[in-house]
Amino acid sequence: MFSILRSIWGVLLHTFAKRETVLYPEELPYLPPRARARIVLTRDPDGQERCVACNLCAAACPVDCISLQAAEDEAGRRYPSFFRINFSRCIACGFCEEACPTYAIQLTPDFELSERKRKDLVYEKEDLLIDGTGKYHGYNFYRQSGLAIRGKGKGEGDQENPPVDIRALHDPR
Amino acid sequence: MIVVVALVVLLGVLAIGAWLIILERRLLALWQDRYGPNRAGPFGLAQIVADMVKIFFKEDWVPPFADKVPFILAPGVIIATVLLSFAVVPFSPLFTVSRLNVGLLFFLGVSSLGVYSVILGGWASNSKYSLLGGIRGIVQMLSYEVFMGLSVVGVVMLAGSFDLSDIVRAQRGLWFFIPQILGFVIFFIGGIAVTHRIPFDLPEAENELVAGFHTEYSGMKFGMFYVGEYVGVVLISAMTVALFFGGWLGPFLPPLVWFLLKTFLFMCVFILVRAALPRPRYDQLLAFGWKLLLPLSLANIVLTAAIYLAAKG
Repeated sequence: MFSILRSIWGVLLHTFAKRETVLYPEELPYLPPRARARIVLTRDPDGQERCVACNLCAAACPVDCISLQAAEDEAGRRYPSFFRINFSRCIACGFCEEACPTYAIQLTPDFELSERKRKDLVYEKEDLLIDGTGKYHGYNFYRQSGLAIRGKGKGEGDQENPPVDIRALHDPR
Repeated sequence: MIVVVALVVLLGVLAIGAWLIILERRLLALWQDRYGPNRAGPFGLAQIVADMVKIFFKEDWVPPFADKVPFILAPGVIIATVLLSFAVVPFSPLFTVSRLNVGLLFFLGVSSLGVYSVILGGWASNSKYSLLGGIRGIVQMLSYEVFMGLSVVGVVMLAGSFDLSDIVRAQRGLWFFIPQILGFVIFFIGGIAVTHRIPFDLPEAENELVAGFHTEYSGMKFGMFYVGEYVGVVLISAMTVALFFGGWLGPFLPPLVWFLLKTFLFMCVFILVRAALPRPRYDQLLAFGWKLLLPLSLANIVLTAAIYLAAKG
């Protein structure tokens, strides 16, 4: 009997307690800079697309919301001819970002995705590409890799030695 | 004149009952450190309008296995009986639908008829959860009606009348909850049980019985059970005020305002009890009623009578 009255009194005291709810649209909660939400495609420091259309992000995506088609330009650079993310399916897990070998696909803290029509949540490459480099500033895939493209031959990348002439008789070093 | 008063009471009570749903959601939220519905209109008051529109446009579905006539009749019964009881509630000296000289008996009798909606709804649904809920509802409501009836006998003795207006007038010197504290507690507990609110909501215990006697109901028929329950809360609060807390009596403010203020306070107590207490087991509920409340209310009658007679000399 006493415990009943005590619990009623205890609940009544909660009248003066602070409320836990964050009133979202008026009151924005703090989001850490690495919070994962809307996906963007970044460019390298030279302003070229970083994505090399390797399809690893589409393979890693657990909900299959990424689809893309690989192509190659006349300079020998691979790029996606289309890149499509269905944000009504995306669960913001970040696996695509982890899988990406070129830092091209990145997740941003912007979570406020809502549309009247479901198909408006399907983002094309033009919607996804941003002008900057995202979280990784200096990285340029074609400067690091040994892949030859126009304007850069084999062995001309950063931290790269010229290719070994296998027909030479002596050790080139 | 009487028609106008009756219309105002009918519409007013239905509106208060509907807004009590919002009050309950906001107060429960307050006591659980949340906000509750606060978007539609000022303080979320328009939420009930949105809910009403929604529930009116829902499909009014009768399950094919149900017994159609009583199934459709049952939700009407609870609304009708609860609203009928308001005919004798003395809101103020001038504002009473009807001054019956057996007002208190009328209230007890008509509100007991509300049990028909529970049994009709539970039986006509033709489903086991509804039937179990209905059976629990009958046993609970009938047994707690007994203590409710017995607990107000002391009030009737002190006031010397069954007329609710006379009972309120008899409290000019001293509100009856002081001499009749036991009667007040038993009446209020019985009131919670008769309106089957938490902690006495065993007829619709959602953990065991889905929704009890109204499991098979949907749309506005469910809405009528729902509103009926809340209007019942308003009724029990109003009766508590009239019987034990001096009705419209009070300084400065007009009588009607005093009555509504006190009723509002008791509606909040109903919600506070709901926020704080868990539901007892069914046998605990019945044992509590018959082994504790019944002897207590009988003792209350005997004591009141003895003291009353001794004081009269």
